Amino acid sequence: MRYLIALVLLVLPGLGWAHDWEDQLIFNEGADGPRLRVISSTDTVLFAPLIDGFVAQNPNISVEYLVSGTADINQRVRATPDAFDIVVSSAMDLQLKLANDGFALPLKDIETPSWAQWHQSLFAFTTEPAAIVINRAAFEGQDIPQTRQGLIEALRKRPEEFRGRIGTYDVRDSGLGYLFATQDARASETFWRLMEVMGGLDVRLYCCSGEMINDLADGTILVAYNVLGSYAAVRAERKDALEVIFPTDFQTIMMRTALVSRATQQPDAAEAFIQYLVEEKPVAQGSQLSLPPLMSQGESTDHETIGLNPALLTFLDDLKRKKFLSAWENAVIQ
Amino acid sequence: MTTNPNVSGSLRNRLVLTLIGGAAVLAVLLFFAVRNYAAQVAQQGQDNILEASVTSILDAAALRDGVLEVDIPYAAFSMLTTPTDDRVFYAIYQDGVFLSGYEDLRLAAAPAQSDWSFTSGELRGERIRQVSASRTLVGLGRQTEIEVVLGQTQDALSRTLDQISRNAAFLGLGFFLLTAALSFWITSTTIGQLNKLTTSVTRRGPQDLSPFKKPVPREMAPLVMSLNSLMGRLDQSLSQSEDFIAEAAHRVRTPLATVRSYAEATLHRVERKENREALRAMVRAIDESSRAAGQLLDHAMITFRTDHLVREDVDLVELIRDLVQRLTPIAEMKELSLSMTGDPTVPYSGDPILIQNAVRNMIDNALKYAPLDSTVEIEITGKPEIKVSDSGPGFLPEEIETLTRRFERGKNAAGTIGSGLGLTIAQDVAIAHGGTLVLTNQPSGGACVILSL
Repeated sequence: MRYLIALVLLVLPGLGWAHDWEDQLIFNEGADGPRLRVISSTDTVLFAPLIDGFVAQNPNISVEYLVSGTADINQRVRATPDAFDIVVSSAMDLQLKLANDGFALPLKDIETPSWAQWHQSLFAFTTEPAAIVINRAAFEGQDIPQTRQGLIEALRKRPEEFRGRIGTYDVRDSGLGYLFATQDARASETFWRLMEVMGGLDVRLYCCSGEMINDLADGTILVAYNVLGSYAAVRAERKDALEVIFPTDFQTIMMRTALVSRATQQPDAAEAFIQYLVEEKPVAQGSQLSLPPLMSQGESTDHETIGLNPALLTFLDDLKRKKFLSAWENAVIQ
Repeated sequence: MTTNPNVSGSLRNRLVLTLIGGAAVLAVLLFFAVRNYAAQVAQQGQDNILEASVTSILDAAALRDGVLEVDIPYAAFSMLTTPTDDRVFYAIYQDGVFLSGYEDLRLAAAPAQSDWSFTSGELRGERIRQVSASRTLVGLGRQTEIEVVLGQTQDALSRTLDQISRNAAFLGLGFFLLTAALSFWITSTTIGQLNKLTTSVTRRGPQDLSPFKKPVPREMAPLVMSLNSLMGRLDQSLSQSEDFIAEAAHRVRTPLATVRSYAEATLHRVERKENREALRAMVRAIDESSRAAGQLLDHAMITFRTDHLVREDVDLVELIRDLVQRLTPIAEMKELSLSMTGDPTVPYSGDPILIQNAVRNMIDNALKYAPLDSTVEIEITGKPEIKVSDSGPGFLPEEIETLTRRFERGKNAAGTIGSGLGLTIAQDVAIAHGGTLVLTNQPSGGACVILSL
């Protein structure tokens, strides 16, 4: 009986979780040292060079890389904080709330500018703007819109061409989509007008940047709004069909952040990993498939990078979120 | 002569210790006062920001169709940014029912007087400052109360406090060091007044008993006054005794001269040998007494003149030659000769009567102890120095130090006439002129007295 229970306990989580992950990969599997469990929203192909670099420096550490959506990561970490050592996510607000709620382990020895960390427990290591990505074919002979207002006009001009062929995040499912949407809404009323126009054109809603880019690449959709610049840039280089536009009216720039779970069993290895992320400029990997590096704030003034501060908690408030989602649904789902 | 005073404690130490101790106590008080005040101000600062944040959240609450909406402004949490990234907790309650935020942040019982409550507590293992406030919203036929609780950890506050404590400590230390230096200075200037008085007492000549005229601080006036009155009494009794001695000597000398002349006259008339012997002894005794009286008079005169020394330009050689001429008959009576050597002229500024008196006493002394048919040598050099030497028995080495005291006579002086005042007078004259009197024995035998002016 006891063996049976043990067997069930051993097999169940494996069975239950194995199919949940978008991707799951173990780096340096043969290492005899500690194994770091990294839960991340970043596609493996973009993150792999970083982990390869880390295990090359620390050959005795192996890394299990688990990929999921930002909202899902938040729920999983809250449910089982001891199941992960490192949490990497692009949803800054959810990450900050994790840290604020005490799920992050403060690392006193990591030196990084104050704007790139919060409470010495949440560390930014990339700077990534939200972008509009278009299929060039759809704009042949037309002006390519450089602003949201320009996009609205382009969509209104040829509604039948774009109907059902534009995409954006489903902010109800995607943490990053919600973060981009709320920051856009803070910045300008244009966001709501754009949402209404897109809603009127039967916008397709996506969970993740990757899927949106895939659909763009194969021509399913012609325009994607608020795609993660880094993903788009990778695809745009490979496919001439795509053009990545960083809107000139205002930009929403996110910093990818990492934290160490307070319940980690491997605090030293985890700290070494964070130290590596913060020190190693991802672009220095020399690979085309890499994340953009962290850019110092103030290098350019018209780019607004979302700040790591308690204000990120505002839109995570239940009442506030309900209100925002209902406004969003009113605009988008018609 | 001088008895060491009975010393108990030190004014300087007592002053310094009191002042430094006081400064230390003040510095510690200063440190705690500054720290306490700064802590209050810092806490007030955090409270003000929390209050503003809560106010903005309360303001954003509204009843829409009977349903409570709270549209938390972005600034409400943005303003809670601190350099140390303090954690923020909030909770919104409607009529005591949890609505949104952190459920473990409990409502504090608001004080009756006001809607605001500021408390310090603990949440999730960290010390937090907690503010809560409420607002009543009135809608259509419905009234509801919204309560907002906002908590923030105090890392930034404690860091600020650490900095302030460090600065306050430096301030206290600086204050202490400054005060300590000041107290040393104050002490030394205060004690300096006493030292000045001490120096001016010590610097005075042995005969100077005049009152102190220099200005002194008020606190020292009684001391100087009693010192002056003590010296006044001393001066008076000294001059009284000098007067008395001079008067007595003078009174004794005149009758002695009379008695001597009677004794001389009687000596010529007396035939019997034993009577003549007795009369001769009598005359000798009278001589001795009258000489002593004379020297006492001399001494009194010299004491007076040295107290009020009047210098005039003289030639020492001429002065001494005059004296030697006067003394030559006396020397010849004793079958001795006087010889003068040295520089031809030695100009000097001093009291001629005193110098003559001193040298006469020195020559007298030499004449007394010199053997028959010998020469007493007087040498005057330009240092200026007057040396009188004889070929007598000389001084006993162990007595050289004491011979210049008043009425002190050498052990080998028995059988010679003398009062023991001669060398004392010579020394007083030397000291009055700022010089010395040195007694030595010549290597070839005989005493040598050197008067350096």
